[in-house]
Amino acid sequence: MLLATEGLTITLPGGVPVVHDVSLEVGAGEIVGVAGESGSGKSLTAQALLNLLPAGSTVDGAARFDGKDLLGLDRRGWQSVRGAGISMVFQDPTAALHPMLSVGTQLTEHMRRHLGLSRRAARARAVELLDQVRIPDPERTLRSYPHQFSGGMRQRVAIAIALAARPKLLIADEPTTALDVTVQAGILALLSRLRDETGLSVLFITHDLGVLSALTARTYVFYAGRVLETGPTPAVLSTPRHPYTAALLGARPHGATGTGALQPIPGSPVIPGAAPPGCPFEPRCSYAVDACRTAPPELARTGPDRYAACPVAPELEVSA
Amino acid sequence: MSASVAAAGEAPAAARRRPRVPHLVRFLAKRLAVTVGLLWGVTVVTFALVHVVPGDSATANLSEQALNDPALVAAYRARWGLDQPVYVQYLRYLWNLLHGDLGTSQQTGKPVLSDLAHYVPATMELAVPSMVLALLIGTAVGMLAAVRHGRATDQVVRVGSLLGLSTPPFWLSLVVLYQFFYLLGVSPSGGRLSTDFSPPPTVTGMYTVDSALAGQWAEWWDAVQHLVLPVLVLTCLTVATLIRFVRSAMLEVLSTDYIKAAHAKGLPGFTVLRRHLLRAGLVPVITVSGLAFAALLSGTVLVENIFGWPGIGQYAYRSATALDLPSILGVSLFVALVYTVVNLIVDLVYGLIDPRIRLS
Repeated sequence: MLLATEGLTITLPGGVPVVHDVSLEVGAGEIVGVAGESGSGKSLTAQALLNLLPAGSTVDGAARFDGKDLLGLDRRGWQSVRGAGISMVFQDPTAALHPMLSVGTQLTEHMRRHLGLSRRAARARAVELLDQVRIPDPERTLRSYPHQFSGGMRQRVAIAIALAARPKLLIADEPTTALDVTVQAGILALLSRLRDETGLSVLFITHDLGVLSALTARTYVFYAGRVLETGPTPAVLSTPRHPYTAALLGARPHGATGTGALQPIPGSPVIPGAAPPGCPFEPRCSYAVDACRTAPPELARTGPDRYAACPVAPELEVSA
Repeated sequence: MSASVAAAGEAPAAARRRPRVPHLVRFLAKRLAVTVGLLWGVTVVTFALVHVVPGDSATANLSEQALNDPALVAAYRARWGLDQPVYVQYLRYLWNLLHGDLGTSQQTGKPVLSDLAHYVPATMELAVPSMVLALLIGTAVGMLAAVRHGRATDQVVRVGSLLGLSTPPFWLSLVVLYQFFYLLGVSPSGGRLSTDFSPPPTVTGMYTVDSALAGQWAEWWDAVQHLVLPVLVLTCLTVATLIRFVRSAMLEVLSTDYIKAAHAKGLPGFTVLRRHLLRAGLVPVITVSGLAFAALLSGTVLVENIFGWPGIGQYAYRSATALDLPSILGVSLFVALVYTVVNLIVDLVYGLIDPRIRLS
């Protein structure tokens, strides 16, 4: 496995626990999805993998990447992993690109450092990269600034920047959420093509289940800082074994009810630090039994390569 | 007309390149027009204010004995044109101004223009190093506090800048004079040069520059020693505001995604600070530095009076207390001119570092 976390637990400054006991794996050349509502801890998990959490946060458990123990890295160790081992694409490219530095500078500064390239070689590779992410006129783009591009083009630039130092794993944190639907499809196709061409692994974070089925092989479903279900994406999305996954699918527009009516999940999401002692979804769950109320259920095998953190694990069907 | 049309048709490349330079030219022309309007406004307001103030130039300048002699007072008024109606005085002033004549100072008896030429360099010799020091220290310390947000360094800087902000400059001037001149005796008491030296040959009017140009190093060292305390006070006065401003501007930048993205690229912390944080954080700092320089100039009035520094601040103070209208107007025009020039520089620098402004 390229990346494997075990029992990853994140506590923000002030002692609020936000992510509990998360174990996830990403293989080489694999695109893995992380799904969940906002506030489910999926972005914080990603930031922990790059040591980007706010100062004063603590991360417990284990995280191994490419043979290295991530949580034991010092400052220099992180500098060599960031960009060259794991890199990140953010949700809003307008906010994630420096408004006052040229695309060329932002594309080559870390590339030169990690790959030891000369200015000229770095520029040549930058042109190649822009070509790879399908940006027309790469030479001119290098001299341009982010504000001169559309949102979709900016995200392509951001992806090129993330790939510049040849990382093995790309963490994409809702990279299409801020973009138009038509532009979104282009970015997804790009990521999928990059995986095929370069053997890149991608950890794709989203709240959009439709995007998952189009792109990912396996999916982790997050809720209240826990993984509630995981397995091959098509299986998880068609026959969910955790009531939360089913509810999430039902809450999707044009979803399971077949009438096109929106099916809201009853109750409200868990507030960090005020989680119930048992399963975080128990107060909103119509399948809950006594066992759900005492301790958070462990992930248990429900099928080939499938796990759900639910003692009931009802057989559910989502009719598309 | 037809020639220009033909030329445009023949040279499309030149036409495409054209908008670049004229853009800046148009910007500068607009600024110049605004400046002229502003200076005119300054003459109106200053004229009006001086005439609204309950006081009389004659009573302010003539001795009590002279005031008892109506003929003398009348002669004084006639000499300075004060017997004319206000609008005549104003129009006459404006007419002279358009011919480059700022009038004659009632205080010094010399043309205001030559007074300004004498006093302005002295003030610049104080203000420019103070501003440069304040900008350097303010940026460095403010940035340090932002990076160490919430930790001990940040707390010390915050308390320190608050202290600096609430210290009146006149009090600070007296304290440093007491400490370094009276108690320690390591600093001169005031003025620009010790009495054993005569001013270097005038080139710029700034003694440190002129003495260096003339190779008079003893004079140079003496002039530098005289500069230290007033520059120190003016720097303190300006730096506290700048530190607080830089700190909050940098904190805002530090919370952005692009700083996070820079770290996620594996750049060393110092590179992120220098290339990514500093550049973005400086934009608001440059904007406020124009205001800071203005505040610094008004601070020179007090500081120059305490340190016996024959600069524009002292000149302004004396002219104001003597209701010396031509001098007051001269100083006002000069200060207004400095404001507009500083703001012009601020806008140009702004465009220089921010491509979003430069390219639009």
